Amino acid sequence: MNYFLSEEQQMIVDVAGQITTEKIIPQRAELDEKEEFPTEILQDIAKADLFGLYIPEEYGGFGGGSFDMALALEQFARGCVGIATSFAASALGAYPILISGSEELKQKYMPVIASGEKWAAFGLTEANAGSDASGIQTTAVLEGDEWVLNGTKQWITNAGDAKIYSVIAITDRSKGPRGASMFVVEDGDPGFSYGVKEKKLGIRASSTRELIFKDCRIPKDRLIGRQGTGFFTVMRTLDLSRPGIASLGVGLGQGALDEAVLYAKQRVQFGKPVISFQAVQHILADMAIQLEAARALVYATARHIDSGAKDISKVSSMCKVMATDMAMKVTTDAVQVLAGHGYMREYPVEKMMRDAKILQIYEGTNQIQRNVIGQALNKEYSRS
Amino acid sequence: MKIIVCVKQVPDAKDVRLDPKTNTLSRDGVESIMNPFDRHALEAAVVLKEQYGGTVTAITMGPPQAEEVLRDAVSCGADDGVLVSDRAFAGADTWATTYTLAKAVEKLGEFDLIICGKQAIDGDTAQVGPGLAQRLDIPYVAYARKINECVDGTIRLERLMDDGYDEIEMEMPALLTVVKEINEPRVPSLKGKMKAKKMQATVLSAADIGAAPESLGLQGSTTQVVKVFSPQFSAEKCMLTGTVDELVDQLLDKLEELL
Repeated sequence: MNYFLSEEQQMIVDVAGQITTEKIIPQRAELDEKEEFPTEILQDIAKADLFGLYIPEEYGGFGGGSFDMALALEQFARGCVGIATSFAASALGAYPILISGSEELKQKYMPVIASGEKWAAFGLTEANAGSDASGIQTTAVLEGDEWVLNGTKQWITNAGDAKIYSVIAITDRSKGPRGASMFVVEDGDPGFSYGVKEKKLGIRASSTRELIFKDCRIPKDRLIGRQGTGFFTVMRTLDLSRPGIASLGVGLGQGALDEAVLYAKQRVQFGKPVISFQAVQHILADMAIQLEAARALVYATARHIDSGAKDISKVSSMCKVMATDMAMKVTTDAVQVLAGHGYMREYPVEKMMRDAKILQIYEGTNQIQRNVIGQALNKEYSRS
Repeated sequence: MKIIVCVKQVPDAKDVRLDPKTNTLSRDGVESIMNPFDRHALEAAVVLKEQYGGTVTAITMGPPQAEEVLRDAVSCGADDGVLVSDRAFAGADTWATTYTLAKAVEKLGEFDLIICGKQAIDGDTAQVGPGLAQRLDIPYVAYARKINECVDGTIRLERLMDDGYDEIEMEMPALLTVVKEINEPRVPSLKGKMKAKKMQATVLSAADIGAAPESLGLQGSTTQVVKVFSPQFSAEKCMLTGTVDELVDQLLDKLEELL
């Protein structure tokens, strides 16, 4: 399908695609098996300038938008969603600073994130604050020239491997949703430590740990934006990041379809390649239909966001739901097409199926996304 | 540090055919790529640039379409590209090629280091690197597997041998050819690709480099491909052990066997 990519966008696809083919695919099974963080591959991605894709040129980035990011993420996810997640999580950690941070914070953190010298991460989830972000218990109290943070963040992607963390904490509980603020916490800040590495179903090349704050003291100027704007920044961040998760779904779906079709062409049963059987053809056809429809929605959404549109929550949630539900379905079907072989770790599709599940869960479960879409519809139709 | 990297456009090994009449490689309809060993040479140069500063110039001799390999080099970190191109160069063997490249390098002026791949996967001679060093009258090391440092006009490196490696110190300007063990070449960067798109390669003709016409191309070549085959290596290694006297006896026995 011709999506009318510009020359620059085609370059992004080519560069990210080459990294995927030459670096990610040959190493994904081992990294998954050993649950090992993909340090060297992320360094390769950094050398190719892709960590700065979405960061403005004045901070050392490429100045690209959501669509550019979507194209790169799709390529990486075609190879491995675990590695692609580690890459994407750095952007998730950088967005709050880009969206609400002071010029000083941007000057300080964006160039090192853009060059890939330091990775970032995003700290929102807690034991009692998952889908319900208002359950946050981590607190930040201003003492003189320092903020003092206390609390624990849970299931934080890149925790322990990243150096820069965008973290939300309650600064004034009496103000409700306006009582939360975001901060930059750096690896090595006093009172800041990590929990043990979590064991996961999929995306095992990515690292997931707790962020533990025990009287963690950070300079006053690490506050992102004004005090009380934490929830606003989080929501804006997630609006921007969801099409990225959707792109991971598209890339993963493509990887699964590629494996399934190639296998069906060479696997012979009853004297014929199994792709010649209609039962298999129809599975593959349904996979291809859903994949292309999801890709079209993700690309359209990313372009809509890049056009400067204001109300992006609904479309951003729509593409996240569709592309990630598609990825779960398509990877499950790929395992079915490869059948016994598909269930074995020797082939990549069982990993794809394990990796797909998280896409329906993280950055807002697909049920929460449907809430966002439903509420937006209610609002839209109340206006007229 | 000023580094020159010699790169060659070669047919993709996936679909190479021999022309049965001429015994040369048939390049029609075959996709061209950068010689894989040259990728390692380029990476070595770019790493040195990142460590010590300076510039990396990619140079290639070939037809106008060989400019593509220079773009490829720029997208992977070279600063600029030089295309040595003239109809008079056609049919050059390694003798004529090293003459032509040497003239072109002299035209470019001062440099500190020339890095080549150990050989090209089409001709497989491994002669152009060392030959170029001879022509330029500079020291060279072939089969470099690691560069340790470049300080005060001296490069310290390791040369891969059959049974280990040599540590070598060499004064610059110098030339080295590298084996693939030396590094893992990077993929092109986004900024590199953009730069490559806009790059204007410097094109040098026979007249530009002041070459003697009789030394160029087919006319300047001293060899001709008569037959292509894979040589059989029959060299065997055996270790002798014992006291000095025993060793001498064993050695004499071995030599007698061979004579």
